[in-house]
Amino acid sequence: MNIHIRNGRLIDPKNRIDAQQDVYIAERRIVAIGKPPEGFVADQVIDAAELIVMPGLVDVAARLREPGYEYRATLESEMNAAVAGGVTSLACPPDTDPPLDEPGLVEMLKRRARVLNQARVFPIGALTYGLKGLELTEMIELTDAGCKAFSQADAPLTDTRVLMRAMQYAATFGYRVWLRPQDSFLAKNGVAHDGEVATRLGLPPIPVVAETIALTTALQLARETGVMLHICRISSAAGVELLRAAKREGLQVTCDVSMNHVHLTEMDIGYFDANCHLMPPLRSQRDRAGLLAGLLDGTIDAICSNHSPVDDDAKQLPFADAEAGATGLELLLPLVLKWAEQESVPLLDALARITISPAQLLGQQMGHLSVGAHADICIFDPQTSWRVAPAALKSQGKNTPFNGYEMQGRVRYTLLDGQMVYESQS
Amino acid sequence: MNNPQLNKHGELQHLLSTEGLPARIMREILDRAATFLDEADGHEFKKVPLLHGKSVFNVFFENSTRTRTTFEIAAKKLSADVVNLNIGSSSTSKGETLLDTVDNLCAMHADMFVVRHSSSGAAHLIARHVAPEIHVINAGDGRHAHPTQALLDMYTIRHYKKEFHNLRVAIVGDILHSRVARSQIHALTTLGVPEVRVIAPKTLLPTHVEKLGVQVYHDMAQGLKDVDVVMTLRLQNERMQGALLPSAQEFFKYYGLTQERLALARPDAIVMHPGPMNRGVEIDSSVADGPQAVILPQVTFGVAVRMAVMSTLAGNTP
Repeated sequence: MNIHIRNGRLIDPKNRIDAQQDVYIAERRIVAIGKPPEGFVADQVIDAAELIVMPGLVDVAARLREPGYEYRATLESEMNAAVAGGVTSLACPPDTDPPLDEPGLVEMLKRRARVLNQARVFPIGALTYGLKGLELTEMIELTDAGCKAFSQADAPLTDTRVLMRAMQYAATFGYRVWLRPQDSFLAKNGVAHDGEVATRLGLPPIPVVAETIALTTALQLARETGVMLHICRISSAAGVELLRAAKREGLQVTCDVSMNHVHLTEMDIGYFDANCHLMPPLRSQRDRAGLLAGLLDGTIDAICSNHSPVDDDAKQLPFADAEAGATGLELLLPLVLKWAEQESVPLLDALARITISPAQLLGQQMGHLSVGAHADICIFDPQTSWRVAPAALKSQGKNTPFNGYEMQGRVRYTLLDGQMVYESQS
Repeated sequence: MNNPQLNKHGELQHLLSTEGLPARIMREILDRAATFLDEADGHEFKKVPLLHGKSVFNVFFENSTRTRTTFEIAAKKLSADVVNLNIGSSSTSKGETLLDTVDNLCAMHADMFVVRHSSSGAAHLIARHVAPEIHVINAGDGRHAHPTQALLDMYTIRHYKKEFHNLRVAIVGDILHSRVARSQIHALTTLGVPEVRVIAPKTLLPTHVEKLGVQVYHDMAQGLKDVDVVMTLRLQNERMQGALLPSAQEFFKYYGLTQERLALARPDAIVMHPGPMNRGVEIDSSVADGPQAVILPQVTFGVAVRMAVMSTLAGNTP
């Protein structure tokens, strides 16, 4: 089917385009930008006047809860949420039940996602069996099955010898290792940033050194092993500083931050709002400033939703007993737009953090609208404002610290591989 | 964000924490408590019909004898119907969630909940959940707050010292895990005590404790010097397992309240303890039984203060 997207403002960070340009799609791919190819006849014309046309979003952390936690969310519900948020590619962490530690599981997940034909799913394989931190998984087999990187998700890997060997093995084959840095001893039982709020509310704390110690270890081992290291969900200013130094030195390391940490701090916990029980914990205002600076100077490569749907029963508990996590796929774009507006970041740079940069972290040729690329496209109305309400979310996870927030920017159309997979009702 | 303890008229709707509790309301509670104590009659409580026909549910998810008993006596002296529920940890393993339990009790027409729970914020969660005509009193939540304990401590201090604005108060011991200490600090600073000190080793102090408005001491001799009130805290035995302290003996040697150390405080200083005491760990027997200790009067005042809190709440409509 030939599609003509006309009159839109095209923003393609990779090709540094921000201009009024039409997009022409044929046979699932972008065939021309600006002027139609010779003899192009559109089967469908999308009028994108007043709208922004951008590459489909790439989210490097979205938990789909399958297999094992289908009572929290299903692939169907979360893929609906993804495309409603303009997300056409997402990486899912391996902390399912059972974890993504063997090829059959990964193949099944890929197959289920393919049948739904909404967003592309890129599984992150478990770095160790059962995420137990003891034995390496079959990384070659898992890669053949479709894994794009290897990670412990939020599970601890306390044995540094195992970590070093996992990195050596991954480096042998050019595989990426993704780690969320947190020393499990220092973070034991912790639920909130070790700061003023945790002290006042009497919440078991997680100090910043839990992040910097684990990060220092990971960076040292990456230097030693030469592995391609990606640091997930950085949360502290001190952590950003360590990464800045590592990048300056030329180490092959990348980093992402969750949209929650871009906008919120420990203060948002207020009177024990369990929706702000997140992992890593929301940190201080100074840490948030450090994260914003890291985004601005490129120390932080990508912004992710860290989408973690949690059912109501697991959230309607005292803060520490409530499960960590929040829904996010449908909020990623508006929250990145909000950040761009608040920090005066040009859209071209802001949208790079949810398109081409995360695509590169996954080693995939996507996240851009070059001629010849798969037509994964998000078209949104930058003027529409809407209020976040549980009923307005397609995700089965309704819990978000942004409940009641006013958002600017709403997805109108999402195209995957040249096919319309989402069209808003309004 | 609205203060979750107050109704739209600024009156007490729930008692959840001494933080954010206006000094006006604290003073009213202390004044009202005094009316329940017949000072001439050896501190006998008067029985009054203020809660006649009301049901008070003591819901304890964590064990307690003393606090629950004083709440029970207070409610009975107010002529309320009292139901005691020791839910403990066994019930939660049956799968019922905290709010399901609360819903069930609401269906039995509870008017007031007195709640103790091992997790910080449990009382806030319940207060947010219940119908507006139901009142919640926090009888201790995790490390967060124990407001009636702090209020009875304030009553005790006022009883012996008359004023707050000219006092130096030291809180000694395990501040990190103590809901009592947090509530005491907020109550003392709200009532205008100019100098609140905490004395503990670094392992038993929370990060940024100074931001609560206290001065930090690690040395007993310096910390106790010239204070008017010494508030000791219970040291739980399990602290030795978490590598927070080497032994109870070593703690006593350096931080135990002995006669010798108490001599550094003002000669008329009073010694308080929220109970139950570990003699020879945080406090020496000679101090606990000595003339400066006001530990048993604290317990008596506790009943009057809880009567005052319950009757204040019962008189306030949403």
